[in-house]
Amino acid sequence: MNAFINLLAAAIPSGIPYLFGTTGAIITEKVGNMNLGVEGMMWLGAFFGFYTGLTTANLVLALLAAFVAGMLGALIYAVLTVSLRANQTVSGLALTIFGTAFANFFGLRMVEANGGSLPKLPDSLRNTLSEAEIPLLHDIPYIGKLLFSHNILVYLGILVAIVAFIYMNRTRVGLHMRAVGENPATADAAGINVALTKYINIMLGGGICGLGGVYLSMAHFDGQWQIGCVSGQGWIAVALVIFANWNPIKAIWGTLLFGIFEIIRFRVEWLHIPAAFCDMLPYVITTIILIVTSMRKSKERSQPKGCGNNYFREER
Amino acid sequence: MFRNKLGTSRFYIVKKTEVSYVNSLALSFISLLCALFIGGLFILCLGKNPFTVYAAIIEGAYKSARTGSYVFKTIGYAIPLVITSLGVSLAFKMKFWNIGAEGQMIGGAILASYFALFHADMPHWILMIVMLLAGIVGGGVLGIVPAYFKCKFGTNETLFTLMLNYIALSFITYFKDGPWSETRGFPGIAKFAENARLDVLGGVHIGWILTIILVISVFLYMRYTKQGYEISVIGDSLNTARYAGMNVNRIIIRTMFISGALCGIAGMLQVSGIEHTLGEDIAGGRGFTAIIIAWLSRLNPFICVVFSMLFATLTQGCSGSAMLKLGLSPEVAEILQGLILFVILAFDFFMQYKLVYRRREQA
Repeated sequence: MNAFINLLAAAIPSGIPYLFGTTGAIITEKVGNMNLGVEGMMWLGAFFGFYTGLTTANLVLALLAAFVAGMLGALIYAVLTVSLRANQTVSGLALTIFGTAFANFFGLRMVEANGGSLPKLPDSLRNTLSEAEIPLLHDIPYIGKLLFSHNILVYLGILVAIVAFIYMNRTRVGLHMRAVGENPATADAAGINVALTKYINIMLGGGICGLGGVYLSMAHFDGQWQIGCVSGQGWIAVALVIFANWNPIKAIWGTLLFGIFEIIRFRVEWLHIPAAFCDMLPYVITTIILIVTSMRKSKERSQPKGCGNNYFREER
Repeated sequence: MFRNKLGTSRFYIVKKTEVSYVNSLALSFISLLCALFIGGLFILCLGKNPFTVYAAIIEGAYKSARTGSYVFKTIGYAIPLVITSLGVSLAFKMKFWNIGAEGQMIGGAILASYFALFHADMPHWILMIVMLLAGIVGGGVLGIVPAYFKCKFGTNETLFTLMLNYIALSFITYFKDGPWSETRGFPGIAKFAENARLDVLGGVHIGWILTIILVISVFLYMRYTKQGYEISVIGDSLNTARYAGMNVNRIIIRTMFISGALCGIAGMLQVSGIEHTLGEDIAGGRGFTAIIIAWLSRLNPFICVVFSMLFATLTQGCSGSAMLKLGLSPEVAEILQGLILFVILAFDFFMQYKLVYRRREQA
């Protein structure tokens, strides 16, 4: 039982970067845009957040920087796809190429400026980000270890997902935003400003993806910059959207599951599974889920109808 | 936002019905200049002179050192880009978003490597042909699988092919660490025997001849054959294709086999002609670059060659010694690639739409 609790407790933080990325991607797709730039926006957030944390030692500023960086990346994408109606797939790929290269380039310069060794966040900030045991609650057997012994960003991630769910499903603006994603022409006729709605939500989604990046760069490796700190998580996040059925609450469970896959490779040595196959596992599972959900073809499948197509008023 | 501003002013966005060839060529040229300009601004922000940097890139890609190998390296880099973008073009033509070129390259490379590593005692030309076929099968199978599920269940092909990239990549890691690793305490896969390497003709491995043949064949295939026609009908309208009595599923699966096979050929050429071994960076993002090349060239095979050379120049040029002397790391190539892409994507708007100034009616 204890081993199992430990496994789960370790899986929760491993899944959080995915959770940020998935929530961001869900918001973007719900408004009708498939953004393959999640990986790039995560990179931008990872670098700018880390750099701000390094220079100011202030967590809030670092998170803000990561959010804005992701948002600006998404802004480029939004200008291209919403205003200029460029192909969404290619625009997203371009954003990933750009964001990855940009963050790596300046990341290397940051390492150079640090005398060639990997920079580490100031101690005060690292303490803030270290796993904190919430008093009293932490003493509850099992549940305490499971739920109340994580770093602060883990709670932020879950909070963001829940807020995103409420925003999309329980508010008026959320309804507007989903209407735009389902059928922009109808939303337009109903008097919703389609372009503005798209811009706001694409940028919101991008900002949340940026937070996922800063989680990886600041919390995942003990506050030390890593040359490849974002490595494919953005792509898995894009796939997890389908697993979560475009629902941020389900994304919490989905990312927990992927967190388990991620850490299980360190714990199954006795099974003699080659490490490469463990690495492959999340992708294989995602593929299987893709196939199974497409086979079921039930009404539950709630991919927004307008997702992937650009809206041009004159073409209705 | 943009539409609204225009909607209330006197500018209107109108879809162009036809774009003349000269016009589109001129627009492409302008967008390229614009991209170079914005790239220059970025370089300026880094505190370097854009002209020196661009000159360094050209030098890194084309300057003939004593051996003259720079040019050949650049061409060698462009070869897999050309072939892969041809493959991607075929899939894109029928609006099948195959972004698994990376994985299909790897599939071809793995299967070809198997013969290079374990059956290198065949006569040279037979081995080359066997490896080529292995590349075709390896890539083609990875193309067929997502196509089959797309046809059967409507599985999202973008994500499926994307996942296959990572799965294929993990297989290289598996072979490298496990069954194919060099036993002499060396991590990684052994270099191929001389017999399993492509011959060099005129400074570049012989794959360049194959590349030219493939470019022309794909052009003819898309333009002048029944199958090519079927592909473009499916791309234009699935329903039209169905009404016309085409076996849509068969065409999609067939085309994805060809698409994957082309990528697989690129992978085979890469292991056998350039790397002479199988490593995790065998595709190294070329599959993604190829997608962009295919799209930028509007799925025209000949223009694919032009853009492939452009991207090869950027990448090779940025990793040259002249750039290192300027203190710029190779990542600059990708940042510039990204910027160029953004600009060209933006300019694409003017290819398809025009802004019309209309006097507002006085009521």
